[in-house]
Amino acid sequence: MTTELAVAPEAAEPLVPGAPPPAPLTLDFWRGIADDNPVMIQMLGLCPTMAISNQVSNGLGMGAATIFVLVCSSFIISVLRKIIPNEVRLATYILIIATFVTVADLVMQAYFPVLSKTLGPFVPLIVVNCIILGRAEAFAGKVGPLRAVADGLGQGLGFMLALLIMCAFREVVGSGMFLGHPLFGPNYEPQIFMIMPPGGFLTMGLMFLAMGWWGERKKARLAEAIA
Amino acid sequence: MISNLAWIFFSTLLINNFTLAMFLGLCSFFGVTTKMDTGWRLGAANTFVLVMTAVSVWFLNTFVLAQAPYLRTIAFIVVIASLVQVVEMAIKKFLPVLFRELGIYLPLITTNCAILALALFQTTRKYNLIEGIVFALGAGLGLTLALTLMASIRERLDVADIPAMAKRMGLVLIIAACMSMAFMGFAGMGATG
Amino acid sequence: MSGHEHGSAPAPMVEGAEVSSVRLLATLAIFGALAGAILAYTYGKTLPAIEKFAGEKVEAAVREVLRDPARLDTLYLVKDKLSRTRPAGVAVGDATKMFIGLDANGARTGVAVEEAAPGFAADVKLMVGFDPATGALIGFKVLAQTETPGLGDKIEKDTTFAPRFNGKVAPIKGTKNATTDASTVQTITGATISSKAVIKVINKAVATWQPRLAAFVKEGGQ
Repeated sequence: MTTELAVAPEAAEPLVPGAPPPAPLTLDFWRGIADDNPVMIQMLGLCPTMAISNQVSNGLGMGAATIFVLVCSSFIISVLRKIIPNEVRLATYILIIATFVTVADLVMQAYFPVLSKTLGPFVPLIVVNCIILGRAEAFAGKVGPLRAVADGLGQGLGFMLALLIMCAFREVVGSGMFLGHPLFGPNYEPQIFMIMPPGGFLTMGLMFLAMGWWGERKKARLAEAIA
Repeated sequence: MISNLAWIFFSTLLINNFTLAMFLGLCSFFGVTTKMDTGWRLGAANTFVLVMTAVSVWFLNTFVLAQAPYLRTIAFIVVIASLVQVVEMAIKKFLPVLFRELGIYLPLITTNCAILALALFQTTRKYNLIEGIVFALGAGLGLTLALTLMASIRERLDVADIPAMAKRMGLVLIIAACMSMAFMGFAGMGATG
Repeated sequence: MSGHEHGSAPAPMVEGAEVSSVRLLATLAIFGALAGAILAYTYGKTLPAIEKFAGEKVEAAVREVLRDPARLDTLYLVKDKLSRTRPAGVAVGDATKMFIGLDANGARTGVAVEEAAPGFAADVKLMVGFDPATGALIGFKVLAQTETPGLGDKIEKDTTFAPRFNGKVAPIKGTKNATTDASTVQTITGATISSKAVIKVINKAVATWQPRLAAFVKEGGQ
């Protein structure tokens, strides 16, 4: 990663080796949703994405919790990044992330108990969601708080987007409903397979096939343009 | 008692397989399964860490965490990270070849959601020490089973002609879907007439 | 996976070139203490809501299976015997309990207990209400099940299933055909195993708890 870039106005702080190059906040934000989507491009955080994505309400709840943890931990880690000694960096990050995850879990249990029951252990499992630790390590620990929050928000929303796509597909096909509202009338025979575990693998597989197809098309077009 | 333990073991191994039914431990499932040897070795390492985690978690739950249940997640993750560190040092000392082969995947056991999930399930289901150990054995062997099966399939895929768009994750996920479907056939095993 | 290295156990460097072990340990200790404080505070704030909901859910289930008695009473299970006093060191929500339904005169109308047994996929958990004197079932409610959606989950979703058990005397047997036998119940077509799991739970509940209550009464408990 090159650090020999012209310093953009936002990067008033000295460049850290290995830090992401300076960029406007909006780019940091959008990157997490499109170019660098944690699920579809980076292929991180697949466990929860497939496990709970059989209803759209699950996706909304899980996405919200993950965004909360991601934004808060990115902010705190970024603010404290100069104080945390390098040797215990990862341990401290995990401690901070685990704290926010527990807060999110407790709040969910208290005020959204049905959702908490459905999501089950996958809310505490956010703490080992590769996305969060990955962002803390690669981004939040190396840039200022504003950028860290923008990135956290973008990555979190990107995660929720991928999650909602999977949830919508599985719920509509697998139970004929969307957010609990029946769509197709009483004669629709729901494809229950889709809301069971194999359906999760299959839906994600279809998503990656689509991404692969699109990637191949882009490559072919690029090759044509050059040739 | 025995039938209860047998149910815990077989249901975790086959019916509610940690990887194929509960979607845990997927990073290693997709990342490490290009060769069968690496696959089952990581599975064995995981099983070992899982059993030790089950014992530690039981200790924590019984003696410490009753007073402060909100510290559960933090306590579990700290214990798991320390255990993995110890296991890593032990393997480095006694089985250096294996250590080199596993490479970066050994420390990655820490973020393997399966380990933390085991700790959480064990707590929610209130397993005692023996039940916890049996649960961990079932989970670990289930992981190893899934890893080995996937690795053996992917070894053959290496020499197959796959369309470019299905390379990387697409095809592997579809295969995982078929495997998961196959394991669904084990459901109903625990039911007696 | 991203290629970040993992030394995530808090092991202090023995020979810290720039940073002393004391500083490393101090950092971890401070963060740990802060984390603990934040969580203790959040826990304190959310605990009332969590316990309230859990308590309401249980009470609603008990009232449903005992057909809304005038009063409810609770006995705790301490070392395999029933007792009025809660076992030490166990939170109210976690203690194993038996709920007793009493009518306006204080006479026992039925008891309700939670029991579980393996179903098709995982455990099926029920709240079972029965008459301890006769072993006859008053009602049951499914608390947790992960049976096959559309098939096995009919034990919860099919509202004609639970009423089949009313008044049946444990130990109950399942059968495929409609029946009027006092101890036999018709299982759901296509969900035989899940239905039999429900029967197993009910039989287990009565077989386990009826003697416990009898022993309690014999020893002078009320």
